Amino acid sequence: MKIPALSPLQAFFLLVAVMAGLVLAVTASGNGYFQTFAALTLINVMLAVSLTMTNGFTGMFSLGHPAFMTLGAYVTILFTYPVGRKGFAMPALPEIIAQIHLPLPVAALVGGLFAALTGWLIGRLVVHLQTHYLAVATLGLIIVVQTFALNLDGLTRGGRGITGVPREATLSLIGVCTVLVIVLCWRIKHASLGRAMLAVRENEMAARCFGIEAFRVKLLAFILGAGIAGFCGALLPHVVSVMSPKSFGLILAFNLIAIIVVGGQGSIMGAILAAVFISVGSESLRRVEESTGVYGVTQVIVAVALISFLLVRPKGLFGLKEPFIRTS
Amino acid sequence: MSDYLIQQIVNGLSLGSLYALVAIGFSLIYGVIRLVNFAHGDLLMIGAFMTFGLVASDLVPWAAIPLLVLAGGFLAGGLIERVAFRSISGAPMITGFIVTLSASVAIQNLALIFLGSQPRNFNFPEVFRMRLPIGGADVALIDLVIPAVTLLCALALTTFIRKTRAGIAIRAVAENPFAAQLMGISIGRLVFLVFAVGGALAALAGLFWSGKYGQINPLMGFLPGLKAFVATIIGGVGSLPGAIVGGYILGFSEIAFVGFLPPEYSGYRDAFVFGLLILILLVRPQGLFGEAEQERA
Repeated sequence: MKIPALSPLQAFFLLVAVMAGLVLAVTASGNGYFQTFAALTLINVMLAVSLTMTNGFTGMFSLGHPAFMTLGAYVTILFTYPVGRKGFAMPALPEIIAQIHLPLPVAALVGGLFAALTGWLIGRLVVHLQTHYLAVATLGLIIVVQTFALNLDGLTRGGRGITGVPREATLSLIGVCTVLVIVLCWRIKHASLGRAMLAVRENEMAARCFGIEAFRVKLLAFILGAGIAGFCGALLPHVVSVMSPKSFGLILAFNLIAIIVVGGQGSIMGAILAAVFISVGSESLRRVEESTGVYGVTQVIVAVALISFLLVRPKGLFGLKEPFIRTS
Repeated sequence: MSDYLIQQIVNGLSLGSLYALVAIGFSLIYGVIRLVNFAHGDLLMIGAFMTFGLVASDLVPWAAIPLLVLAGGFLAGGLIERVAFRSISGAPMITGFIVTLSASVAIQNLALIFLGSQPRNFNFPEVFRMRLPIGGADVALIDLVIPAVTLLCALALTTFIRKTRAGIAIRAVAENPFAAQLMGISIGRLVFLVFAVGGALAALAGLFWSGKYGQINPLMGFLPGLKAFVATIIGGVGSLPGAIVGGYILGFSEIAFVGFLPPEYSGYRDAFVFGLLILILLVRPQGLFGEAEQERA
């Protein structure tokens, strides 16, 4: 039997319906573990979809998502942390900001904007770099951001980390954000901007000959990715209630790369499915790790699986395609 | 000269030598296959743990340990090539890159599983922990041995690249892989060779690193590896003299940053290194000794 292809509008309604069903079911279950796990999985989906735009559409190789997440998280916490405890936890915070308390969605937007702004500043310097250089420069960015987070302990409590972040990121909020991020990236991919990104990925010089400003297009992809990463980073500590400089690091960058490589660098559907699959897989493995006390197995399995996957299917699950949906 | 200055110069020399040893491997491999081997830094960790095991087991005389570590690093580097890289040869560059990244993550976590995540203390035999008075400064012997051995390795490697058949083949492939193959050079064997030689030098750096800092853990290779790659970029990726000079430039500037600025800035030394990287990439992306690659249609 051939699965009938959906129109994008039908697919959108299906996405909303599935998301609403998931959120309602998990919330109704009242099981805290499931709620946290679903929230983290959805955040992984958002991160993967945004990275498949930044890297997959344009052919860049940025590992910088964790850096932007860290930035977004710390900036957001400045506005959502209980006002009464700010003076104790963040003594270096200027009085004006210390008085402000913003609801999480607004604060996370501020965090995302801050990350996007940093993405603009850094991106102007690095997006023209070739694969290896960009990868190392963005890895370096992770270390720079972590170093600052560790040392500015008047704002971040340094290595001790911030505890007691209000758990304001409800599953429904995250569900809505996930749908929005997916729709945004989908619209970009199938608009002229996305086509320009894909053209740059296939052959940058040819794209430039067609009048595409490759630098601008890549920079835009980098900034958008940074903004979404910052936003996701802002939500995460409000799910798990703690934040430390090492919360988002190399391992996360690697796992995100694994997700988009498996999904097929450039396929939104692939990124979503791979994110769900890898989140569920590594969570189940993590429980095995905890029961046996052997830590690190998950990462080894992910790494080995990724190498084997690249051998068998170098283009990932779907390549650039969006299966089950009519795109033209 | 004040003794503080001498102390800082010796520190810079010794740190720079360690970066240079690791950076040489990056440059060798990049010269032959245009690939940055992300797992290269982890060979430093492997070398450190080999040293730890050999010293602790007390089976071999201490003079044989560096040779065994070199041999072990040679095998480990070659093994990475055989297991992870050989299978995907011919694939696009980005695939190779992801494979070496995966190899690095796998090595680190295997080490975590089998060696445990607790840092271990490590001490060299008494002979190497001697301190010498030089111009009023109290210098650790190891900080002098490191640059001397690095110099020796660099000389040996240069002779190897200049004079031997394999060395000439490596230069030919670096110049033009296609033409080199037409001349009957087997690239596959050279790739193994550069991974292995790079691995040997990185493992040796691991031996020194553990002796100098006195502590080892399974994740210790990542940051030095990344910084050594910064050194490679400073010197020009693919150039051997560049890797060595880049290593010393990075070593000296890092020591200068920590040693001559007020102590409250020293926490930012890693941020400084990567800030320097971005600056270099802006001003001279091909590095000091590298050649700018022309973009062709």
